[in-house]
Amino acid sequence: MADIPATPPVLRLEGVRRSFGIGTDVEIEILHGIDLVIEQGEFCALIGPSGSGKSTLLNIIGLLDRATAGKVFIMGADTDSLADAELTRLRSRRIGFVFQNALLIPAFTALENVMMPQLVDRGWPDEAMRRNAESLLGRVGLAARKDNLANAMSGGQQQRVAIARALAMNPALILADEPTGNLDTKSAESVLALMREVNLANRTTFLIVTHNMELARQTDRIIEVVDGRISTGTNTPLLPAVA
Amino acid sequence: MNPLLPFEWIAAVRFLKEGRAQTLLTVVGASVGVAVVVFMSALLLAVQANIFTRILSTQPHIAISPPKDEARPLRDPRIAGEIATIQAPAQKLRSIDQWQKIRALLQSIPDVTVVSPSVSGAAFAVRGDASKAITLSGIESEPFYKIVNLPEKIISGSARLAANDMLVGSQLAINLGVGLGEKIHIRSATGIDEIYTISGIFDLGNRGANERSVFVPLRAAQNLLGLQGGANALDINVADPMTAESMALRMAAETGLQADSWIKTFDQLFTSLRTQTAANRAIQFFVGLAVALGIASVLVVSVVQRSKEIGILRAMGASRGQILRIFLLQGAIVGLLGSIVGSALGAGFVQLWRIFARNPDGTPFFVITLAPGLFLIAGLVATLTGLLAALMPAISASRLNPVEAIRG
Ligand SMILES: Nc1ncnc2c1ncn2[C@@H]1O[C@H](COP(=O)(O)OP(=O)(O)OP(=O)(O)O)[C@@H](O)[C@H]1O
Ligand SMILES: [Mg+2]
Repeated sequence: MADIPATPPVLRLEGVRRSFGIGTDVEIEILHGIDLVIEQGEFCALIGPSGSGKSTLLNIIGLLDRATAGKVFIMGADTDSLADAELTRLRSRRIGFVFQNALLIPAFTALENVMMPQLVDRGWPDEAMRRNAESLLGRVGLAARKDNLANAMSGGQQQRVAIARALAMNPALILADEPTGNLDTKSAESVLALMREVNLANRTTFLIVTHNMELARQTDRIIEVVDGRISTGTNTPLLPAVA
Repeated sequence: MNPLLPFEWIAAVRFLKEGRAQTLLTVVGASVGVAVVVFMSALLLAVQANIFTRILSTQPHIAISPPKDEARPLRDPRIAGEIATIQAPAQKLRSIDQWQKIRALLQSIPDVTVVSPSVSGAAFAVRGDASKAITLSGIESEPFYKIVNLPEKIISGSARLAANDMLVGSQLAINLGVGLGEKIHIRSATGIDEIYTISGIFDLGNRGANERSVFVPLRAAQNLLGLQGGANALDINVADPMTAESMALRMAAETGLQADSWIKTFDQLFTSLRTQTAANRAIQFFVGLAVALGIASVLVVSVVQRSKEIGILRAMGASRGQILRIFLLQGAIVGLLGSIVGSALGAGFVQLWRIFARNPDGTPFFVITLAPGLFLIAGLVATLTGLLAALMPAISASRLNPVEAIRG
């Protein structure tokens, strides 16, 4: 048998730094050189004190923001050299987002919000898109709510819609910034369970920012950011990865 | 979602629908602007068209006459400069040399619709003691009526001109105390005196003309005015009256005769009409500007209000171009809707004008027509205005930093 080339990691960070207020007298470096590798199928938590730079890091990984220095590789592709339009395409095809406040678009229904990433990517709505969105809504248990306007749903429901939306393009990596931060314990548990289910079924990689240690412990790997650095010793799985 | 619309349209329409009150206000603003422009343009066009038809119903587009004797300097080659000016002789009646040939030549020019020869001169209409100065015109009725539609202006009798018939203006008939079928003497400056029967009385819509004008057959006028076989004017109509001046210049060059277009004759009128048109343009421009500023300011606010949604769309993979187009489209749609509603409103104003703007006797001041082209142009300009108005807000939307927009 020929050697199968090793698939590149979903994410590789090399010496990522991020400063704000560059060129002003309030210039401040938030990330001080982050090295991190995440392989396909990993289910990770990103923890750390408030203000430590978790969201800043997540935005850089999600190609919404650029590092001041260092390199970001998404599935082996060096994003440093990419123009805005190419970053946008890579983001659209490879990365899904789930934010703390689900951040659905209120002018659209649940179904339409889930269709949005594909609609944006292809330019015109079609039947396949609709069916895909319907099945995703079914998967997050909201098939019956598909025609509700985004605002007319509870926080937990909205977050489920947001997860369905993040899955629409079947991305390799889903970045979730405190997805359960605004939810009660029960809803938080079920949202996490949903993400785990997707992780197992699709080998989708998850990086979940959370302040909830209980929740973090249910992931395969906890990555801790302290003062803009990955704190040593946590960059290893705490629990054996679920096979 | 409508499968026939692309993403940008879907988003633009949704955003407009969601921002109901704002959208309504801008559409109403654009509508009022379009309505004003449509109504004013229609009114102005109608006023000008009305003036033109009035003038042209009693005027040829071009009048050809023999070259004028002009004042010219008398020079002595031995002395530099002018020693005297020979005054132009009093203009006496002269025929156009070989007018039949020239008539044929003119008729062969494309766009010349009719050439009508005539003989005109001063004369007196005499009945008993009463004697009135008149302008006597000898005409060939068939071509002449294509220029001045006398049959339409006859108020009694008919426009048919037999050998000893004459047509007189209504005021002249009153002044002389004569009616249809009665006879009067026409006496020319050369002393010739003939008797004619009034076969028709007309109203040219102008007291001066009604007081002086008398029409007789061409041959009769030739005899009376001493221009046997001659014609001292060729009246011409062309396909497009607005081209009359350039055609007149061409005819003058080709024939060596005097050719005066109605545009030259009514030069002052044209200047004032041009001023009117320019003023209308300026008003349209400022109305458009006001509408554009209205749309722009609402969209600027909308971009701020929607910055979070813009950030989400960007995180979902929407490109800057897509965001730009969503907001450009909103401007264009507002402009288009405004032009549709505004055109309807403008048409309504015109209808009201038709009902209420009437003379005391109930006849309309003049006819306003609404050309479909006007709506088309209004729609196009309004849509474009909306698009341009949206440019600045759309660019700022496309440049929003998604991270800040989402955090904000
Ligand atoms: N655009 C910016 N300009 C200046 N400072 C910024 C900017 N964005 C973030 N920061 C600063 O960077 C630091 C890290 O912010 P970040 O949002 O990444 O923290 P975090 O770890 O996500 O915190 P939390 O747990 O509260 O969400 C904070 O001190 C914040 O004030
Ligand atoms: Mg954060």
